[in-house]
Amino acid sequence: MADDQSIITPGYTYGSVTQKISSIVLARRTPWGWMVGFGISFLLLTLLMVAVTYLLVIGVGIWGINVPVGWGFAIINFVWWVGIGHAGTLISAILLLLRQRWRTSINRFAEAMTLFAVACAGMFPLLHLGRPKFFYWLIPYPNTMHLWPQFRSPLVWDVFAVGTYMTVSFLFWYVGLIPDLGTLRDRSKSRAAQIVYGIFAMGWRGSAKHWHHHEVAYLLLAGLATALVVSVHTVVSFDFAVGIIPGWHSTIFPPYFVAGAIYSGFAMVMTLAIPMRAAYGLQDFITMKHLTNMAKVMLATGMIVAYGYMTEIFMAWYSGSRFEQDMVVNRMTGPYASLYWGLILTNILLPQALWFRRVRSSVLLLFIVAMSVNIGMWLERFVIVVTSLHRDFLPSAWGMYYPTMWDWATFIGSIGLFLTLLFLFIRFLPVISIFEMRQILPEPQRKESA
Amino acid sequence: MPQIFHRSFNTLSRVSIFGAVFILAAVATVIGQIVRSPHVTGAHVVVVQPVPFSHKHHVGGLGIDCRYCHTSVEDSAFAGLPPTKTCMNCHSQVWSDAPMLEPVRSSFREDKSIEWVRVNNLPDFVYFDHSIHLNKGVGCVTCHGQVDEMPLTWRENSLSMEWCLDCHRQPALFIRPRENVFDMHWEPPSDRAALGRQLIGEYKIATPRQLTNCSICHR
Amino acid sequence: MQRRDFLSMMTATLAAAGLNGCSETLPEKIVPYVRPPEEVVPGKPLYFATAMPMAGYAMPLIAESNMGRPTKVDGNPEHPASLGAASAIAQASVWSLYDPDRSQTVTNDGRISTWESFVSALASPLAERSAAQGDGLSLLTGAITSPTLAWQLEMLLQKFPRAKWHAYEPVGCDNARAGSRLAFGNYVDSQYRFDRADAILSLDRDFLSHGPACLRHAKDFAARRRPGQPPNRLYVVESTPSITGAKADHRFPLRARDITTLAYLLGERLGVRAVSSPQEITPPTAVPWLDVLIRDLQEHKGTSLVLAGDEQPPAVHALVHAINAALGNIDNTVFYSEPVEARPVEHVESLKELVSDIAQGRVAILAIAGGNPAFTAPVDFQFSKLLESVPFRIRLGIYEDETSALCHWHIPEAHYLESWGDARAFDGTATILQPLINPLYRGKNASEFLSALIDQSPQTGYDIVRTFWKGRMGTDFETAWRRALHDGVVSGTTAQTRTVSLVPNFAVPAPLPGQGDVEVLFRPDPSIFDGSMANNPWLQELPKPITKLTWDNAALISPTTAERLELTNGDVVELRDGSYTLQAPVWISPGHANDSLTLHFGYGRTRAGQIGTGRGFNAYAIRTSGAPTIAHSSIRKTGARVPLASTQSHHAMEGRDPVRTIVAGSAVEHEGLSDASLYPPRPAADYAWGMSIDLSACIGCNACVVACQAENNIPYVGKSEVANGREMHWIRIDTYFDGGNENPDFLFQPVPCMHCENAPCELVCPVGATTHSVEGLNEQTYNRCVGTRYCSNNCPYKVRRFNFLQYADYETPTFKLLNNPDVTVRSRGVMEKCTYCVQRINHARITAEKEGRRIRDGEIVTACQATCPADAIVFGDISDPQSRVARLKAEPRDYRLLGELNTRPRTTYLSRLVNPHPDAPKENRRG
Repeated sequence: MADDQSIITPGYTYGSVTQKISSIVLARRTPWGWMVGFGISFLLLTLLMVAVTYLLVIGVGIWGINVPVGWGFAIINFVWWVGIGHAGTLISAILLLLRQRWRTSINRFAEAMTLFAVACAGMFPLLHLGRPKFFYWLIPYPNTMHLWPQFRSPLVWDVFAVGTYMTVSFLFWYVGLIPDLGTLRDRSKSRAAQIVYGIFAMGWRGSAKHWHHHEVAYLLLAGLATALVVSVHTVVSFDFAVGIIPGWHSTIFPPYFVAGAIYSGFAMVMTLAIPMRAAYGLQDFITMKHLTNMAKVMLATGMIVAYGYMTEIFMAWYSGSRFEQDMVVNRMTGPYASLYWGLILTNILLPQALWFRRVRSSVLLLFIVAMSVNIGMWLERFVIVVTSLHRDFLPSAWGMYYPTMWDWATFIGSIGLFLTLLFLFIRFLPVISIFEMRQILPEPQRKESA
Repeated sequence: MPQIFHRSFNTLSRVSIFGAVFILAAVATVIGQIVRSPHVTGAHVVVVQPVPFSHKHHVGGLGIDCRYCHTSVEDSAFAGLPPTKTCMNCHSQVWSDAPMLEPVRSSFREDKSIEWVRVNNLPDFVYFDHSIHLNKGVGCVTCHGQVDEMPLTWRENSLSMEWCLDCHRQPALFIRPRENVFDMHWEPPSDRAALGRQLIGEYKIATPRQLTNCSICHR
Repeated sequence: MQRRDFLSMMTATLAAAGLNGCSETLPEKIVPYVRPPEEVVPGKPLYFATAMPMAGYAMPLIAESNMGRPTKVDGNPEHPASLGAASAIAQASVWSLYDPDRSQTVTNDGRISTWESFVSALASPLAERSAAQGDGLSLLTGAITSPTLAWQLEMLLQKFPRAKWHAYEPVGCDNARAGSRLAFGNYVDSQYRFDRADAILSLDRDFLSHGPACLRHAKDFAARRRPGQPPNRLYVVESTPSITGAKADHRFPLRARDITTLAYLLGERLGVRAVSSPQEITPPTAVPWLDVLIRDLQEHKGTSLVLAGDEQPPAVHALVHAINAALGNIDNTVFYSEPVEARPVEHVESLKELVSDIAQGRVAILAIAGGNPAFTAPVDFQFSKLLESVPFRIRLGIYEDETSALCHWHIPEAHYLESWGDARAFDGTATILQPLINPLYRGKNASEFLSALIDQSPQTGYDIVRTFWKGRMGTDFETAWRRALHDGVVSGTTAQTRTVSLVPNFAVPAPLPGQGDVEVLFRPDPSIFDGSMANNPWLQELPKPITKLTWDNAALISPTTAERLELTNGDVVELRDGSYTLQAPVWISPGHANDSLTLHFGYGRTRAGQIGTGRGFNAYAIRTSGAPTIAHSSIRKTGARVPLASTQSHHAMEGRDPVRTIVAGSAVEHEGLSDASLYPPRPAADYAWGMSIDLSACIGCNACVVACQAENNIPYVGKSEVANGREMHWIRIDTYFDGGNENPDFLFQPVPCMHCENAPCELVCPVGATTHSVEGLNEQTYNRCVGTRYCSNNCPYKVRRFNFLQYADYETPTFKLLNNPDVTVRSRGVMEKCTYCVQRINHARITAEKEGRRIRDGEIVTACQATCPADAIVFGDISDPQSRVARLKAEPRDYRLLGELNTRPRTTYLSRLVNPHPDAPKENRRG
């Protein structure tokens, strides 16, 4: 039985590790649980498709946005997803550089999750455009209009930040996959599988030379990715920080957005890891040690976020700006106060439970806390976007924002997209890095005992 | 264990990976060319008209002044197309029964306008004004080409925004003395830029900073 | 009339202007004329002087024609009734010209017919009548000032001596008329000279927005609030908040009934011994500044002015005449003239005669020209029911409306921009109406209609109006005629002033006490007037000056009364007056008199058209001939609710002082905001455009809003979208309520784009669709906009407007003619906003450069500035210290909206100037 300090239950060998993980993928029969999960996710995905089609036909007017609240769910969801998309790279890259061996069993699907989250995120900025067909005008390219994007706009920076992040995370994830793809190729029985895995394995033979190149590439990408973890959400936060709207115009945004991103990222990893390890009996690989560590990271980043909130309030008072002060008061007592206090509860108060070892070692409680943080981080973005806009400078221009059914459809639909991709990943690729698991096996256990 | 792939796949994969870069570059170039080609811009494509009117004959041959037909070109944004009356001034005597001109005569008879097809067509969010361009020394030929050599009329230039900007950014290279704007065969001096700079002073032509403001053309 | 050769125009325009909006260059046709008309230079607009008849009176206009399409109207500077100003309704009237819901054909019992068959169908019935000396022939018109129509009617009455002519306007001046008879023994029109008045008292008289003279009143009144002018002082006692009350230096809300009593009281105090039985008069709620007022009036004998509202009973008007006489104002600030209306009558009385005639079966033929009596007649007349008992009913109307539905024949009436005619303004000055386009729907105008009645060979409006004026324009008719057409003024037609004197032993009856829970006031709607404009979306979507309501009317009540009856905005109440009931949603209106309730006419139409039908409630449904302006009723909360769409949800200033107020005479410091910056200053260009808006002049009349809409092809969005905060107006008028609910200070602030020099919108646009021109314009390039809405979020003034859906109408053919060819029609998904009318700037620049000169000061006039009755808006080059705008910005009163944000707006405001009486109790002072 695993004591919650070990990051892999003793008794495993190269063979058994490989066998256990690859079997999830190579199993002949698809488990019914997967079928059900995938089915539901796919339904949600169809909902997204419907919502998007209607959006493109009728226009963004189907959403609740208006003047003064020009941004609604679309941007909220965008920021939320991007945030979630942070854990993967952080776990993989930074923890790799820091030689945190416990990362090994969770990095693979954390990275996958990152990709899918960023995919969901990337969708929203395009959809929220009044004229999506011209999205490419945000990209600099020589054109017959002799025009360039307006480089002072944070939205243009977004295009680069998110674009780069997407690419690098993908490469990082893929490079990490190559050895395992090789393994799958060799172990899979059906010809088709062999060919498919074969193509993506790019002729991996596991020679010393291959391993050497792989090692180097992996580390370089890790170095690259590390910078991006910080840059992406910093840039995203500029979308608000650069604006002059009270509640946006603030230098605290970059650090506390990044912290918040990692916070939500880990929460989501936890949210997914817990059911998955149960479903596929991976408790031996994703041990309590992992969950506890993630819990600690959440606690830490959560505190930074809390500090961010407090700074906002303090600065509003300290600035002496009536607009800032009214904004804070409006958040706490205005029409959206319930959401603000909901945010404080789910994002700050509840997670404090993580101080207690008992909570950290209870899978159920951890799951609940993680869930609460997921919700909390979404509320945070709602509060930032909506409550800042709906009552800004001129009282005559104050208004309200009420999401429509189409706002909800797109939001829930995007979760569908995320889960669908995730289920496909679980089914067709190794959710845990086989080769890295091999590396963390304690020396004596590596060979089969004769 | 049998080989899954033939060994040739090694080369194949290498090529495809490195080749990808060049393929993408090629695609970009091709697209760049296509959007500037006549297929898209319609430049140098003859437009079919209800009456096969020949500028070559009327302008080049008979030497009729532009303004005889395009009356409002000096006063208005719109150069103006001749009313049927203008055609009939001559064609009630000349070629008065040429079958080719029947549409003109019937238009005059039945008091129904001739529906010409627009040759130089700008998007509706672009506000071009003929009068000011002439006033600042932009010759007809500069934009419309050697109309006097067009048996049937076509659009000489792409009319794309980059084309407009070429001149708005450095008018010196394109303008001519006012008295020559209608001149089909004006020969620019060797140092056109110098003349241009001089005319810019005389005609008080605005700076490129102003000429490239969006609201100069878009409202 | 070649310039009105409509078809070729239309097509030619497609070429010249193009169907704006579509972003691809679709193959286009150019369709030139066959034979060119003289005046037209393709692509250049022409301007014609004409006038819009409004409740009979002329609203003098200059109409713009683009290749034969009337696209815009503005006031006629030559005409004393306009001096360049035009009202919101006039501005919106262009839309009605192209309204596809206008009746498009002659109908007979609902079946399509023709004008010719109508004329022949008239023959035999008319023959019978003429046999009977015209007995049984009745004619119902609106108020008529048109000399030509009057002349025709005389001819008609000569031909049919016993025929009857009745005139009815739902919103008339019956009380004023009766009042003038009471005071002077006969009908006279009062003409006011606000430019001469130092102390003004309005007893429920909204002289700035009601009546045919309101534009002139606004001009003269605002002129006295300009820098350098000795400011006048305005006292207003009113029942329902009006823009006049908003401009008052001392305002007090009183029930209309109490205002009546107050008038008696004033009479007493000012030595008018007129009240038959003074002891019956109980002084109303004490007006805190009454003594100050009376002193002020007495100190300003000859330069004071007292006015009574049209809703007040005749006695009050008579009293006011007497008071003005006592103050020596007559022939100084008040003049009396012959009535301008061709046959001055008390309209309700006139309609009553007709009704009783019908009831007694004495009407065989009823011809209704204009109006809409079936909708607007007092409910106790049961006009619709009686109407059906008339054997032969014919109707001339712009729409096939409630009245037409009950008539045998309906004749489509020509829009004023389609027809020849004439009309007189409040002061009698006549204007020739000239058409800019052939009738779109083959409509006939009133004089053509009448000529069909007079003799069965109808003439054209053109011939009729010329025949009339021949010999009435001096010897050289043709020259005089051309001059009149050109100027829009027929010289020498101003009404003669009359010297009047109070009737001996002048006395007025004591006021009758009202009964019922609440007092009910009937008022014309600020936007759609008496309902005739109900199908005009520009007016429907126009926020009403104080409440900011759109697309609906509501029963306005005071906060206190609302509290007492436990009502909130949108709660439906049932009003019962005798046997008549009405259900209406309430709207709480701070500053409204308690236990009083205001209903606006014009809504609850059943046959208005796609836009106007079925909106709001019909106030005429409980309006009786006995109490046409002030009634009393019981009130009951029904529990039902109606959603109402208002464009402004928050009316408190939250201590941010967007509107600044200065008390006249007090010293003001120019707010010296530093423009210090780390960035190098932008290099100067030839011009630097800027705007100054004078808040003490602005009367919040909304004319600028519609003028902008007409000039810039701004779409309307509909009630649900407005409720969603998506209205598109480029210039809005913010209304703030300052200081309590009982009697707050009403502050108006027109807010167009500020054209900031440090524009927050510009640096956040990812594609550079909004940029800064060298002349300081904040440009919006629609075709580059991808619609991130970031600019709108980042705009501290929230003046940017977004096309959330496809608002512009590309389908309806007539609306393609309505569009201004100089402004792009915006499609779905793009941001738009005030451009300082950049199209006008460009035109002026091109003209100036072709003439080799600078643009002159005042050469560029923005649409909002042009129409403003108060001249509150001034646009120009601020880099030229001599320009008007630069001089205004140099005023100490000049300030920047949200200046602390360092956006450095090019649009700045002149603080609102108030002039309260120094001796008045503090809490009753404005500002």
